[in-house]
Amino acid sequence: MGNEEHLKRVLIKRKAINVLMLGLSTLTALYGLLWLFWILGDVLLNGLRFLSLQLFLNDPTPPGIEGGGLRHAFVGHLIITGIAALIGVPVGIGTGIFFAEYGRNSKLIKAFRNVTDVLVSFPSIVIGTFVYALLVKPVGHFSALSGSVALALLMIPVIAITTDEILKLVPNSLREAGYALGAHRWQVIKDISVSAAKRGILTGVILGIARISGETAPLLFTSFNNNFFSLDVTKPMASLTVTIFQYAMGPYEDWHRQAWAASLVLTFGTLLFFIIAKAVVHRSGYRP
Amino acid sequence: MRTKDKLIEAVTGSTLGFFALAVGFLFPLLTLGVLLYESLPAIKKFGLWDFVTGTTWDPVAEVFGALPALFGTLLVTFLASVVALPVSVGIAIFISELSPKKLKPVFSTAVELLGAIPSIIYGMWGLFVIAPLMADYVEPFLQETLGRVPLLGKLFEGAPTGVDALTASFVLSVMIIPFMSAIVKDAFGMTPSLLKEAGYGLGATKWEVIKDVIIPYALPGIVGGMILSVGRALGETMAVAFLTGNVHQIPKSLLEPLTTITVAIANEFTEADSDIYLSSLYYLALILFVLSFGLLMLAKFYLLERLGKRWGTKNI
Repeated sequence: MGNEEHLKRVLIKRKAINVLMLGLSTLTALYGLLWLFWILGDVLLNGLRFLSLQLFLNDPTPPGIEGGGLRHAFVGHLIITGIAALIGVPVGIGTGIFFAEYGRNSKLIKAFRNVTDVLVSFPSIVIGTFVYALLVKPVGHFSALSGSVALALLMIPVIAITTDEILKLVPNSLREAGYALGAHRWQVIKDISVSAAKRGILTGVILGIARISGETAPLLFTSFNNNFFSLDVTKPMASLTVTIFQYAMGPYEDWHRQAWAASLVLTFGTLLFFIIAKAVVHRSGYRP
Repeated sequence: MRTKDKLIEAVTGSTLGFFALAVGFLFPLLTLGVLLYESLPAIKKFGLWDFVTGTTWDPVAEVFGALPALFGTLLVTFLASVVALPVSVGIAIFISELSPKKLKPVFSTAVELLGAIPSIIYGMWGLFVIAPLMADYVEPFLQETLGRVPLLGKLFEGAPTGVDALTASFVLSVMIIPFMSAIVKDAFGMTPSLLKEAGYGLGATKWEVIKDVIIPYALPGIVGGMILSVGRALGETMAVAFLTGNVHQIPKSLLEPLTTITVAIANEFTEADSDIYLSSLYYLALILFVLSFGLLMLAKFYLLERLGKRWGTKNI
């Protein structure tokens, strides 16, 4: 009889621990979601309050004078990110193709691939100092182009790793069929591997762009900042992120308002890219 | 025709090969080289040990020591990781084992979205929203309660300003939670359902299956994910740039301003007016490079390979 009592008590204890721990896990999940909604809510509320058409159409005015905007930063951001993508996308995809198609059986290339994987999490500010030493110091002044190079260096590993992983999902029998028909390696890559993995590669590209479009640290000492509208890529150029940094740290209420509005555009722009990338993956049925 | 094909073959192969060589080998090597070259004057002047243990950071007298920034980086990263680890494991348990099947993608995407928000937004939100809350409510409350406890109370001395180690670590922890939980969740997902079912078949509760089957199986993933997140947190700049105050001191309590390597570089790089000042900042960047690259390589090569072989899970 006593034994049965004991078993019952153990069972109750086990069930209690079960409920307690699962409850704790649920709480932590809620804790994580709390911050997501808090941040997004704050950005949305404050951003919408200060968002206006002027923000996109006007250049900055001196603090205290109404009607200033951030046209220079929006345009600058698009130019810097655009050039970065022009450099980064082909190199990133090319690197990924090499890792997946040429380097399958080579230990050395696998090591390169792992280093590239590590570079995905590399401190972006160090890349900024690196590009400063190579492209800013010798020239003598900051330039939008050096900012683009820094961002390209950041996005290349992201795109390369995604491309590599997607290409590895393409069944080898497809490639063998191509070779059996007498195709060259580049033809197999172009017409079979890459064409089968198109959507996945596109996802990688979008993720890469999403990653760099929110970066600030590498731009601080490359494209620097500019209070005026500029289209000259050899001169310093304003970007949305560096402008947010400057405005949020600045003393003026007006600057803070514009920083909130710019944050709204930046956050939802980045999240939009991210969601598009997810949608592309979802439709193709890949799970990278 | 044949020669043309062969030419294209050779050109594509060598171009792609060059890209791979450049990205996976030359680029990190060149970065290391450039950082070393740029920090040579500071290395010559201060040496390694004196620089790493030096506590003075005085641009006017041109004496530079890295200890406050190094300590700040390690402290903020450590505190953030300690908070983020249990939360990430909890989120992973919730998403992979507890949530209804239909809601799984919703929660997964929500956490991933949290990770996709640019770090400068975290920083700005921390400055405008969290720092005032910390200064007005949380920190005085901590001082009233934990601050009264002997010894532990020392950690909460000082004026609650909201711009300090506590706030910076907290915002950083929120920022690395999505990254960490995504990896832990993936590791959980690799546990074969056969093992889980065997556990349930023996009459184990859900928590017992998680504790004794899933977590041991996913351990390499959890450890690797933690190291990767720590490596990422080390190099994070913008989320903490607003919140540390960039004061080169070793904080005596959690409520004092401090600086990190990244924040010092971000704030002072363009203002460095002497060569030795700039060179010292490069020296800081070099230390950060070695720290984070070393840690990430350790996670990638050593731990994941070793543990992966032991537990039979690879390529996390």
